[in-house]
Amino acid sequence: MTTENDNIVLHVADVHKTFGGLHALSDIDLQIEEGKTHAIIGPNGAGKSTLLNVVVGRLAPTRGAVVFDGQVLTGKQPHEINQVGVARVFQTPEIFPDLTVLQNVMIPALAKRDGSFTLNFMSSLADETEIRDEAIHMLEDVGMKASMDMLAGSLSRGDKRRMELAMCLMQHPRLLLLDEPTAGMSRHDTNTTIDLLKKIKERGMTKVIIEHDMHVVFSLADKISVLAGGRIIAEGTPEEVRNNPKVQEAYLGGAH
Amino acid sequence: MNKIFSMSRKDVLTFVIFSAVVLLMPIWLQPFGAAYPDLMQKFAIFGILAIGFNVLFGLTGYLSFGHAAFLGVGSYTAVWTFKLFSMNPIPALILAVIMAGLFALAIGYVSLRRSGIYFSILTLAFAQMSYNLAYSVLTPITNGETGLQLELQDPRVIDSAFGSTSDGSLPVSNLFGLVDMNGIPGFYFCAVFLIIGFFITQRIFASPFGMMLRAIKSNQTRMNYTGFNTRPYTLTAFVISGMFAGLAGGLMAVTDPLAGAERMQWTASGEIVLMTILGGVGTLIGPVVGAWLIKYFENIFSSFNESVLHNLFAFLPDGVEKFVVEITSMFVGEGWHLTLGLIFMLVVTFLPGGMMEGFRRIGSLFNRDGGDKAKPNEKTPAPAPAE
Repeated sequence: MTTENDNIVLHVADVHKTFGGLHALSDIDLQIEEGKTHAIIGPNGAGKSTLLNVVVGRLAPTRGAVVFDGQVLTGKQPHEINQVGVARVFQTPEIFPDLTVLQNVMIPALAKRDGSFTLNFMSSLADETEIRDEAIHMLEDVGMKASMDMLAGSLSRGDKRRMELAMCLMQHPRLLLLDEPTAGMSRHDTNTTIDLLKKIKERGMTKVIIEHDMHVVFSLADKISVLAGGRIIAEGTPEEVRNNPKVQEAYLGGAH
Repeated sequence: MNKIFSMSRKDVLTFVIFSAVVLLMPIWLQPFGAAYPDLMQKFAIFGILAIGFNVLFGLTGYLSFGHAAFLGVGSYTAVWTFKLFSMNPIPALILAVIMAGLFALAIGYVSLRRSGIYFSILTLAFAQMSYNLAYSVLTPITNGETGLQLELQDPRVIDSAFGSTSDGSLPVSNLFGLVDMNGIPGFYFCAVFLIIGFFITQRIFASPFGMMLRAIKSNQTRMNYTGFNTRPYTLTAFVISGMFAGLAGGLMAVTDPLAGAERMQWTASGEIVLMTILGGVGTLIGPVVGAWLIKYFENIFSSFNESVLHNLFAFLPDGVEKFVVEITSMFVGEGWHLTLGLIFMLVVTFLPGGMMEGFRRIGSLFNRDGGDKAKPNEKTPAPAPAE
């Protein structure tokens, strides 16, 4: 599988995934351009989360491969995939509920150094001032500095999502995968998150977003792929997708 | 060098107080009738065992039901070192720790492929296998049910090279021929290791490594998707706690040079779990408190008999006294396990954070008027409330 475009950072090449007899994904071919925000939309059960799970190594594709920046991700462990620069925000926040917010945000920053294992039990956490400052700065960015000493488990759902996003950003990933980053958020929080994601975009981070909220999709996406029944039925700029009759029929129900 | 030992002021204070409490045991244990060397040695040894176990269970959440195996391995290794090389405890302990570490590496490598209950069952299976090996299959090495003991005709190559002669009685472990490892010196020898062990766990708790272990306990999935290979972390925690158990086993042999298979039985593993939960999982001091409490009950309560109770309740009228003694005698002597079980039930039900949670609650009662004062305490290494 060759990519004709040098700007392609993630290439989902001819991926097929079946669960028993169910074809969850068929002939998925996706090319994500560097620095762009690519949204994947589609009705419930279209296979969006399955696709994301294949990319991060949680599920192995039945056929096909995922290539990130020239490296085949298929068959790699989740931690190895993260180490090459792919971070993920989950649909239900995956955080460390028993640790403080600050610790939650510090841990990802230590992954580059300690990820494959460091036995540094004679050094003290209090000496990691650089990472601590960076984490505090990040919490300021997402507007959560006030709750940095709280246990993460006691945060509201919206704050948990925001913190998880901050955790991923601490790693400066080349590719950020977001699975419904604003689900369960108030309109105000949603808009804050959109602003935050726009800010990241200015730094040139590539993002893949799965989202139900059309407001979020159309304010962020450079390109949209529409998934239905495990197939990509349309692809293009927001305008093209919005006006595509096939999409309106399958997803927007013509009611747009 | 300076950086290696940078500790927060609170950590230094905890360490100093802990050391003082341990070293002054012969004094403050007097009113409890527990200030005799044998029991204090046990306090120190089981304290080491419990804090080591806590590094695994308290930080990573992996509940091992097989730690007695490492205790046994430590004991056997130490006794063999006495028999073959020298009665000096130092080489015996070094070899005990290394052997237990190797065993832990092998058992941990396999067991850590699973988590939760399956991990516990795997460790239990390995420990029971070790017990059976020691009890029957490996009799030439372990001397089976009699237990491994010192003998007069043991080679002790290093000792005899230095011209120590046997006077016809079994030798006692001694530090370079200066101090015999029994009685009060034996206790202080163990106490020093308890304090060193406590220092090491304190460092682990405050280190990035410790935070990684806590994060694994909190959410291993997130850890993986954050780029951490969690297996080496859990395996290292497992080996460290196995080495602590090996040290404890070695010290048992140092203070009393024999090793028996019953030390590896599953009840012994269960006792370690009880100590940790009773004291407070994931807290620094809790497991030690739990170990002391259980060993105290085992030794003091079990020695109570009816005549002691009769004396205790002598102030009651005859009929009532007889009744009270009859009821309470079920809970002492052979029945001390009943008392322990009751206490355990009460603690787990009402203080899921163990004795340490109880102490904290009492502490906050007294601090209530000084409101703000209580706050820094609450910030201490988060006591996992959900356990």
